[in-house]
Amino acid sequence: MKNQALGARGEDDVMKYLQQRGCTILDRNWRIKEGEIDLVAQSPNGEIIFVEVKSRSSRKFGDPLEAVNAVKAQRLQRLALAWLVTHSAFGKPFRIDCAGVLYSLDGRNEIDYREGVL
Amino acid sequence: MTLARVHTIALVGLVGHLIEVEVDISEGLPGYSLLGLPDAALSESRERLRSAFLNSGLPWPNKKVTISLSPAWLPKSGSHYDVPIAIGLLVAQGVIPNPPSESQVILGELGLDGSLKFVRGVLPTLIAALSFNASSAIVPMANLNEAKAVPGFEIIAFNSLLEIVEFFTRGQIPDQAGVDDHIESSDYLDLIDVVGQLPARKALEISAIGGHHLLLIGPPGTGKTMLAERIPTILPTLSAQESLEVSAIHSVAGSLNQRGVLTRTPPFVAPHHTTTTTAMVGGGSHAVKPGAVSLAHAGVLFIDEAPECASGVLDSLRQPLESGQVTISRAVNTVTYPANFLLVLAANPCPCGRFNGRGRACTCSSMQIRNYLKKLSGPLLDRIDIRAFVEAPTRVEMASELLGESSACVKERVIAARGVAAERFKGERWSINSQIPSSELRGRFKAARDGMALLHAELDSERLSARGFHKVLRVAWSLADRTGRTIPSREDVEAAFTMREGTFL
Repeated sequence: MKNQALGARGEDDVMKYLQQRGCTILDRNWRIKEGEIDLVAQSPNGEIIFVEVKSRSSRKFGDPLEAVNAVKAQRLQRLALAWLVTHSAFGKPFRIDCAGVLYSLDGRNEIDYREGVL
Repeated sequence: MTLARVHTIALVGLVGHLIEVEVDISEGLPGYSLLGLPDAALSESRERLRSAFLNSGLPWPNKKVTISLSPAWLPKSGSHYDVPIAIGLLVAQGVIPNPPSESQVILGELGLDGSLKFVRGVLPTLIAALSFNASSAIVPMANLNEAKAVPGFEIIAFNSLLEIVEFFTRGQIPDQAGVDDHIESSDYLDLIDVVGQLPARKALEISAIGGHHLLLIGPPGTGKTMLAERIPTILPTLSAQESLEVSAIHSVAGSLNQRGVLTRTPPFVAPHHTTTTTAMVGGGSHAVKPGAVSLAHAGVLFIDEAPECASGVLDSLRQPLESGQVTISRAVNTVTYPANFLLVLAANPCPCGRFNGRGRACTCSSMQIRNYLKKLSGPLLDRIDIRAFVEAPTRVEMASELLGESSACVKERVIAARGVAAERFKGERWSINSQIPSSELRGRFKAARDGMALLHAELDSERLSARGFHKVLRVAWSLADRTGRTIPSREDVEAAFTMREGTFL
């Protein structure tokens, strides 16, 4: 439960981060049988952005982004294509981003946002 | 800076290749890709590096790390790339502000705690580095003694990754104490321990003088191994060049620590008779490692129970015996190692081992006895110049308080005789009697007239082959050198003939 709450909080924070940069949020926790996309947004210039959010409360098990391995990266790519097809957006420019959110004990967060990494 | 460039050396056999290690850190998901045909030990470097960095409190890049080892076509093996990659990563992250100079080569394996660990082949690696105009090297502390043996090199040894960071940021050099090598000394061996065995002792001495390959035949427990082990104690000490070659080979094989760097004692290598051809001549799939023939370079290769060897193993000795080196080809590359050794074979006279010509306790049939030594192939036996029979000492010999000659005494004569031969062969391509070409034996290096007459008579009666004719002459020269005669006399030729034929077998 604690981890789920942490994940949701991370997604909230990344959503705010994107909104501050002028993006519109299109979807959140879009889920099909194959898996889930954490966030789907649209940038001011119309590009569709798929975001994988990784939240951690410490670096004890490595950097949050290290958890995105080749298998997960491939799944994200398939999911992105599936989202585009089901939302009649296939052919539009899109990119896949990753965001690592690290929470320290005093409640502050540190967002490591990487654009177009996959 | 996000791109760093450092240098190291890849060894193929004893030949070095300058390797440029490029480390690039770019934006992207955390990842680590190592390019340039790494083998398994090298691909594991990421895990070692990551733990070493974190446990040393150094930053590990959570970005995309690309490492390229060029030239990319050369397959890389071993763990000595850890430290160059680590330094590259530290430079690329800006932890080390000034990159190492172009002329500095870096070697070393990393422990998970960030310590630098011993690697194989440092000596030949640094010798190779000299030819690439490298002038300084960074090595693990455990390799310091070996690295210092290379002249004209500035060596800096480190215990840990943090010491390397200290050095590059503040110029602080750690105490160059090195590590104590535990060297197994064979100094306690001496011919004085051998009771009796006069004919075998003489065979050993002649073998050492002329570099003649030797076959010792005798019942079990009579001292064949004991005699063979003591041959290095009567051989001249190695020259500086030989000693460097031997140390380089042992460094690649990873046995330098047992032997000691630049030891002047000729090596003694005794592979077991179940050894494989690969272990004998060298081989391996990734890095071609030197075999027993190369480890015995400039020394003695002793094979006990030679007839028990798989026949292919003994016959694989023929090429190195002929050329003094061994060339091994594998899918990855072709490697040549020096393999100029004195071959000493030991054999029982028959399967039960008790046949001594008097037909006492032996239980073997005459057929078995005849077939036993036939397992040594003709071409191999042709390369053996001296056969000596080692008999059990008699009770008189065992009871005698008179000691035999000491190794030092015999060695003195060997060195003197070799000196005479070297003087005679001044300006030639060879320096010892076993290497005199056969054409020269019939020309400039004949025996005395009556000696040659004896050999010609033996040839006529078909008791001697053409090859045997030359072998006898070579041994006769060693006998002459021992006694100070300027040319082999009829007695020398006769004695050489007996030594070649063995006693009764």
